[in-house]
This record gives sequence, C-alpha cells and structure tokens, in this order.
Amino acid sequence: MTTNDVRAAVLEALIRIAPEVNPTSIDPTRSLRDELDLDSMDFLNLVQALHRRLGVDIPEADYPQLQSLDGAVAYLTAKVAAIMP
Amino acid sequence: MPSLGADMEAGTLVEWVKHPGDAVRRGDIVAVVDTQKGAIEIEVFEDGVLERTVVEPGTKVPVGTVLAVVRGAKDKATTEESVARDEVATAATTTERPARRRVTPVARKLAADLGVDIDRVQGTGSEGAITREDIERAAAQQAPSEPGRTAVPAAPAAPALPVPTSPDRIAAMRSAIAAAMARSKREIPHYYLSTTVDMSASLTWMRAENERRPVADRLLPAALLVKAVGLALRDVPELNGHWIDGRLRQAAGIHIGTAISLRGGGLVAPALHDVDAMDLTTLMRGLQDLVARARSGTLRSSELADATITVTNLGDRGVDATFGIIYPPQVALVGFGVIAPRPWVGPSGQLEARPVVTATLSGDHRATDGHRGGRFLTALNTWLQAPEKL
Repeated sequence: MTTNDVRAAVLEALIRIAPEVNPTSIDPTRSLRDELDLDSMDFLNLVQALHRRLGVDIPEADYPQLQSLDGAVAYLTAKVAAIMP
Repeated sequence: MPSLGADMEAGTLVEWVKHPGDAVRRGDIVAVVDTQKGAIEIEVFEDGVLERTVVEPGTKVPVGTVLAVVRGAKDKATTEESVARDEVATAATTTERPARRRVTPVARKLAADLGVDIDRVQGTGSEGAITREDIERAAAQQAPSEPGRTAVPAAPAAPALPVPTSPDRIAAMRSAIAAAMARSKREIPHYYLSTTVDMSASLTWMRAENERRPVADRLLPAALLVKAVGLALRDVPELNGHWIDGRLRQAAGIHIGTAISLRGGGLVAPALHDVDAMDLTTLMRGLQDLVARARSGTLRSSELADATITVTNLGDRGVDATFGIIYPPQVALVGFGVIAPRPWVGPSGQLEARPVVTATLSGDHRATDGHRGGRFLTALNTWLQAPEKL
C-alpha cells in the first residue's frame, strides 16, 4: 500500500466524519482537530475507521502522531508497511 | 404526534414504517416524522395490532394529533400517541404524495454519505421502499473504497428531504432552541454551583483500560463523566426528574440527555436510557451511536422525549467551565469543561500538576436548593475518584 493509498484512506475517513469539508482545502501540516473542528468523539471515530480500513492498531499513546494529515499519513504508512512487508 | 421536547409544536409525517394489520410491539418503530431536529423514528408504546393510520405521509400536524389507532393486546382499541384530537388530523391539509420512489430519510441521507445511487437500489421495505439496510447492502456491493468516489459528495438522486445542515433546518432548529431556552430563563429560577474534580484516578484507570481494549471498545472521558452523573443521581435523586404542574416529579429511570452539537450549527440532547445500570462499554457505544445518529438526523422519539436531566460537555472546545440553561421541564443540568493539567495541592500539602475538570450544576430552585445540589457534586466527585466502580 503506497503513501497515496494511505492518504486516500485517511481523507475518506475524514469526509465521513466531516462531510462538509473539501478535502483539497485541508492544510496537511495543521492540526486536524482545529482544521476540521473535530472533537474527541470524532477523533476516536477516525481512529476506529482507520483501524477497520487499514488493519493497523493505533494505541492511544500514538494519537499525537496523528495530529496533522501529513503526520497521520506518515505514521500509518509505516504501520501498514510493518504488517504488510 | 408525540411531543419530542418542550420546543416542539408540530411535526410532519414522512412515512409509515408499519401498516394496517401489522403486529407491533412496544418500542417498534412505526413511523418517521420530520421535525426541527431532523427525521425522528417514532416508537409505539404498547403491544398490539396497527388498526388504521389516520395521518397521511406529507402532512404536518400539531403535537397531540392522533397519528394511528393501535388495537391493544387486550383487544380494546386504543389510540396511539394517546391524546384524542382526531378532528385536528382530518382538518389538517394533506399534501400530494411525491411521485417518486419511496426512500426512508435515513436511507436517503446514508446514500448521499456513502455515494450510493438510489435509482440503482432494490428496495426491500414495505411497498418496495428503500431502507437503510438496502443502502448498506448496496454500499457494500460497490467496489470497496473508491476514495475518489466518496470524496465527492454525491448529488441527491431526488429532491432531498431537509437534512440537518440545510439553512431552513438550521433556522427552524435555532428558533426551537430560542423558544425552549427563553422559556427556561423566564420560568426557571436557576442556581449555579461548581466544583473542581481531580481526574488523575479516572484518567489513569481509563488509559490502562484502553491499552488492553480493542480499538472498537476504547473509552473516552465523556463516558466516565456521564456514568458518574448517573450514579450520583442515584445518591441525590431530587435532581432527576421534571417540574410539572407546580411540583417536582422525580423520575424512576435515569435517562441522561447528552448535548450534541451538530456540524453546521444547532444542537440536540437525546437521552441515553438507564445510564446508572449501564456498563461503560455499553455506555460508550451508546454515546457514539447517539452522536452519529444525531448528526445524520435519525433519532428515535423516546430519545428526544425521555431525558430526565441533561449533561453538556464543552471541554473539547477548551472551555474551562459551562453554566448551562436547564432544558424544561427538567430540573437540572450538569456541565463539564476541559480536562487539563492544573496546579493541585496534594494530600501532604505539596503542589503538583494534575488533570482536573470543573463540574457545574445548574439547578431549578423551585425543585431543589443549593444544599442538595452541593451533595450531588460531592457524590459526583466521589464516583470519579473510584473509576473501577463506574
């Protein structure tokens, strides 16, 4: 699975949670919580959706690494590579 | 037409889910009604057989109008939604039924969310109506995850019913909130109390718990806070109930309305039922389900009518404390601010940083006094210091 696949999966999950958001308008370096006005329930839904979609475990302690879109994509790409060499 | 909260005056019948001759059981969804709060699934409150429907789909009728007649299990005809105002139903104008495929509002919204083309879906509901299950099945059959497809909001296949984010709906919800809150401030003499709760025990316990839980069962602090409110209400039941006809009527069940803000504006406070008896896993799932359905506009009538108290949690917005307005005819509202590290004086007098939350209580002074309210906040604090008992 490529970085682009992971990015598409993250965007898809985000749009389920925040349907009014235009994915091209997301600043990939900024905090997703601020950019998309996500609350902790939205964020948990995002983590659960990514877990279902990508099959990776995302411990709570790693949440800070999913703060921005770029951060989330980098973190998840590494995780996916670890389970699917 | 049941009253789904103090701020509701009328509703539009969207569709009948059950039809004359169908057996119904208490809690079954019999109809879908459109209100300022979105499409609401109306539950029947007794067992029996649906004898006849009185109100046609597309008709807007006031609260109290008979929607249908249910023959009770004991063989006597009883009117559903009780209040006998048959004349209103017949007087109400019926609008022409739209000449398009029958699609439940839930299904329509879901189809838009999932990018499913409604015209291609085979309906399995009554009279070929397309249901939520049909859409889910269609979505599952679509090529799995075409990111480009779902990224683009699907165009509505037919003139869509108002969804919670439409400007009309937001305006209607705004005026409903205005009416309820103005009534509250006019009629309810509020008193306000606050206390600061050390959350380190609860959060430490929750983190350890989340480490061994599967992702799907992970907890949020909100679940612990809501459960603690439920248990503290057992200790101080006078805050759990309604002010009706000049007196406090304590409620038997603890049904906590949870304030949920909607993307696009407005809020609803649907109830989680019997919170004090729920384990945290069930409560957490219930909360997630409630938030999802509130935002997609598919709540059930009992969730909007049954709340015995409301909890509002603005901590995610970085607010320190929230002093809420009671939702009439309830008699109390509990508010939580942000859980954040603050200076705290430890047991031996040393200063340390601990995660704390400010819990507030807005109480109806007609029903209770500050003394009682203070006992509630103390009980709440006590429960949050013993998270393993939640």
